[in-house]
This record gives sequence, structure tokens and C-alpha cells, in this order.
Amino acid sequence: MKIHEYQAKELFKKFGIPVPEGRLATTVEEVKAAVDELGLPVVIKAQIQAGGRGKAGGVKLAKTLEEAEQIAENILGKPLVTHQTGGQGKIVRKVLVEKAANIQKEYYVGMVIDRSQNRPVLMVSPAGGMEIEELAQEKPELIFKEAIDPFLGLLPYQARKLSFKAAMPVKEAAKLLMALYKLFVSYDCSLAEINPLILTEEGSLLAIDAKLNFDDSALYRHPDIKEMLDPDELDPLEYEAMKYRLNYVRLDGNVGIMVNGAGLAMATMDVIKLAGAEPANFLDVGGGANVEMITQGFKILLSDPNVKLIFINIFGGILRCDVLAQGVIEAAKQVDINIPVLVRLEGTNVEKGRQMLNESGLNFVVAKDISDAAKKIVEILGKKE
Amino acid sequence: MAILINENTRVLVQGITGKEGSFHTQQMLAYGTKVVAGVTPGKGGEKVEGVPVFNTVEEAVKEAGANASVIFVPAPFACDAIYEAVDAGIKLIVCITEGIPTLDMMKVKRYLVEHPDVVVIGPNCPGLICPPFKCKMGIMPGHIHTPGPIGVISRSGTLTYEIDYQLTLAGLGQSTCIGIGGDQIPGTNFIDLLKRFNEDEETKGVVMVGEIGGTAEEEAAAWIKANFKKPVVAFIAGRTAPPGKRMGHAGAIISGGQGTAESKIKALREAGIFVAEDLGTLGKTVKEVMGL
Repeated sequence: MKIHEYQAKELFKKFGIPVPEGRLATTVEEVKAAVDELGLPVVIKAQIQAGGRGKAGGVKLAKTLEEAEQIAENILGKPLVTHQTGGQGKIVRKVLVEKAANIQKEYYVGMVIDRSQNRPVLMVSPAGGMEIEELAQEKPELIFKEAIDPFLGLLPYQARKLSFKAAMPVKEAAKLLMALYKLFVSYDCSLAEINPLILTEEGSLLAIDAKLNFDDSALYRHPDIKEMLDPDELDPLEYEAMKYRLNYVRLDGNVGIMVNGAGLAMATMDVIKLAGAEPANFLDVGGGANVEMITQGFKILLSDPNVKLIFINIFGGILRCDVLAQGVIEAAKQVDINIPVLVRLEGTNVEKGRQMLNESGLNFVVAKDISDAAKKIVEILGKKE
Repeated sequence: MAILINENTRVLVQGITGKEGSFHTQQMLAYGTKVVAGVTPGKGGEKVEGVPVFNTVEEAVKEAGANASVIFVPAPFACDAIYEAVDAGIKLIVCITEGIPTLDMMKVKRYLVEHPDVVVIGPNCPGLICPPFKCKMGIMPGHIHTPGPIGVISRSGTLTYEIDYQLTLAGLGQSTCIGIGGDQIPGTNFIDLLKRFNEDEETKGVVMVGEIGGTAEEEAAAWIKANFKKPVVAFIAGRTAPPGKRMGHAGAIISGGQGTAESKIKALREAGIFVAEDLGTLGKTVKEVMGL
């Protein structure tokens, strides 16, 4: 799960990581009030959950109240397109107004889970401001890393070592790195990033940006984080799917899919592409799908106007094919299905499932295996055009 | 004949009295698995499907001679169940549970460094099945499997069933099929299992099923090139998956340009491994490529 910069900064404050003084604003009036309180100059930062805001014009310095007003008007309520948002961009509903800092130096600080080492890794670099992927490409020698033993946690010497290497004021930097690690493990983060961390002209460290991602599997023990979820940041259909515990990701194609199991769902998307069509989504209904989940899944697929064909691909294991068939038939009765539905069933009780579909009187196209399904997808789409 | 399992494998089910645990105990028994004990704290003395339930793993080992465990304990308590099994001397632990926090699993991995003789499969996996010994420690449908010469290692669940079934239909069959799970930190990775298949005489070839996220496939490719003596056919799911989006599995995400299907396919092909493109004909492809 992702949160906004302003939310991440609240958590930073809680753990003693210094951040600029700031106010959240949703209207031009609120921006003006924030400027009054903070004093000029201020930095106005669009709060959307995507990288590249600065380059896209979502982060601006205002030296006068008029400038601040103008910037707020230009940003609030309008879409911001960055390299991570896709072409339509994301609507900016909130801005963070912060007291501008005098930057002497910029650093990068990041913590991630290293999947090959099975440990969190803390990274720092004296080349702040650049994106870490870019930095890794261009100046890998300027990234310093320490892997952290999960039993011991980040050790003070590791924090000092990294601070020395990145030429940061060691005492203050080491303290900040220890605090960041504490935040990371206390809240089950999957990513914590400060880019840039700056040294002010006055000689203190300040987290100018803040990015925190959280392990979805650990949200059950962090209700305060769960509450920070901003539905506006999600695709409306993805948000809808989340309510029914369906794993759904919206894509650009026209073949909607419903599959049990994430791996098979991904492979099904690939099969569609290989056949020359494009998947409209990823949808894993899971091993324990019931009639309600299948019905909701159907509704979500049908709400996507791009979907011209639905392909249900089920390998019945624990989810028996007859149960699935019953779910699909029930769903078809509840939802008005006006596009072709291709069904491929295999596994436990497959004969019974197929028979139920055939006898349902509903207009399903039944595929006997994956290759047959791929052929039928092309046939159906071809006929329609 | 197989890896990890033999004729002396005596299975314990942790979380046996739960809905999943009891259902799959019945399924595992029906397949022929020697399920000798269950554990649910506080339910000692009960029976599930005729299997005695104990309060602790220690008792299950002592009283029923259990030497392998399959875990159906809910995520917040699953790691505790793994530790209990390790401490009771169990050497093969299969954790089916989905949704274990990454940091918790990281500690399990760290603990296992001190127990190099313990194998933890999963979490978030379908488990393992060994048709030659009629042993199933997991949730896969038994009837789609048949004894044969192919080893299967997969990060997926139902996709593995699809492939196992095609191997059966192609007349090949399986020696052991292991779902290593879809999480970021799996207890066991491809290489650990490839090492075992390398030593198993009855296994003539291995099908490796990967997906987007992480670099386990790339690491396996390098290891196979240097060490593996048998033919491998790989399949990678998620060629059409967009970056930055988690595709159902906690570990299935392309982040920071890492973990793409292209990168994995490239690494595998460069290591001389056959990467199948078409899922629909995978069984036949394995037969042809391996000359079986």
C-alpha cells in the first residue's frame, strides 16, 4: 500500500526524522492561509502517489503570496502527468505547502527489502535528487549499501559507516538512519525513501521528500496505516474489487479475464496476447471463490467499457468446477451479460461443470483446453469486427 | 524416485482442526499420504478424520512419530508454527498459509541459517506432491498427477496444476512437484530444489515455472548453466504484466525495472534453457525438448 508524502512526513515526525514545517491544503484559500502561517518563501507540492512530480511541474517555489495563489490555482483540481501516472495523469486534490529550505547539499536515503539476501538493505548516496534507478545506472559507485540482520536490526556502526561514506554530518545522519530503520520495521514498510535528504545552509538535515510503501500482508497490525488509504489514488474498478477481496488490475485491452490463481491469471493474459488479442485486466478470484465473489467479478469486468469478450479460465482444484459453474450461472442470472463469454474448465468435477454450463440455457462458448480457448478468442473477436 | 519425500515420511498437520486443515487432511489421506498427527493448541486428545490431535508439535513427534509438517495456521500465527516445528526436530515443513508479513518471514529465513538441515517450502504455496510415494503435503488435486520422470518447481498454484496435468496427459508424469510460493521471501528457492533434483536418479528433467518479480529465475539460470546435469524447460508467467502493479502474489511485481519476464526469459535462454512460450502445448513441448 502507498501513502501520500504528507502522510509519510507525519510518520517521519513521529519517529524524530526532521521534515520542513508544512500545511496540507485543498483549496487556494487554504494555501493562502498556510503561507500566512509559515511565512515566505514556500514550496507547493502536489500530493499524488507517483514519482516525477518535480519534473512534471507539480512542485513549485513561491516567493510571494500572489505566486503561491497562482501556483495553487494552476495545480489544484487539475491532472498532473508524470512518467509514472500514464497519459491521463492524476487529479491533484491536495497540495502540501512547506517552508522553503536553503539547500547546501542533497543526499539519497532509501530502504528496501532485498529479495536475494532476504534482508532489508539501507542505501545512501551523496548524489541526492536523482532517481535511484537512474543513479544505479549512471553512478553505481556512489550508492553505499548495508544489509541488515533481521535479528540484530540496523547497528550503529552500519549507520555511521554509511554516513561517513556519503559524507553526511555523521552524528546527525546516523541518528536519522537509525530512526528510519525503526520506522521501517515498526510499520512493516516495503520501501522507505528520502530523496532528497538535504543539508541546510544552517547545517542541519531535513527530509525534503518522503516516500513510504507498506507490506499489504502486514496491514492487519497497522490499522492507522490502513486508514490512510486514499481511494482517489486507485482505479475505481480496482477499488471496487478490493472490497470483495478480488485481486484485480485494470489493463488496456479488450478481453476481460476471470481466473483462479495469480500465476494462471498472468499466464492467461499472456495466452491472450500470444493469440494476437490484448487482456483487459488481471483478475484472480482465488481458490476459495464463492458465488458472490464470482458475481462481483463479473460485474467489475462488465463495467469496463473496453471489454468485448470475457474469458473464464478455471483449473478446479479445491474450487470444484461444478461450484464454479454454478457461480457463473448464478452470476449470469443477476447481471445482464451482453458480450460473449468463453469458458474453459479443467480439474476437479470438470464433466459435471461443463454439463451444467451446457444445460444452463445461457450462451457460453466452451473451450476444451487453453489452445482451443486461444483459437476461439481470435474467432470471436474477428467475427465482431 | 523423488525428492524431499520417501516411504518413511510421516506427516503432521499444524492447524488440523481449522476449516482448511481438516478438509485437506481428508484430501491428503484420500490420496494415500501417511498423515499421522495433527496439532492445534488446546485441542489435544481430539481426532480429525481419525488422526490424533496434539497440543504441541513436540508431542506429535514423540507420540506419533511425525517427521514432516504441513501448516494451515492463519498468517498472524504461521511463523510461530514454523518455529515450533523446527524446534521439535521436523526437517520438512510446508507452509500453505497466504499473507505472512515479509518481515516475519525474513526472521524465519534468518533462523533457518542455524538449521541448514531443515527445508521450509512456501509460504503462500500449494505445497508439494510426490506421486511415486502417493504422498501429498498440500492442496493440489491429487488425481491430475501420475508417477513419472519430471520434477516441477513453481512459484504458482493453479498454473502448476495446469502444467502437472499436461505432463500427465502427455504420458510423462511427475517425480515430485513443489510449489515454492508466490511471496517475496520464499522459504526455499529454485536452486535449493534443483540441487536435490540433480541427485535424484529417477528425475530425468525439470520444469521450472517462474513469474515476474525478484531475480530468483535469473539466479537459477546461472546455477543451472554451471551445475545442472538434466534438461530444463522453463515457463515464465506475466509477460504482459505492467510495471509497478502487484499481480495477485505478494512477490509478483516489477519494481525499479527489476523482475520483468523479459529479463528472466533472456537469462534463461542465455543459459541454454528452453523457455516455452505457449502454455497450451507445454506438456508436448516438454516431451519433445527432453526427448522422453
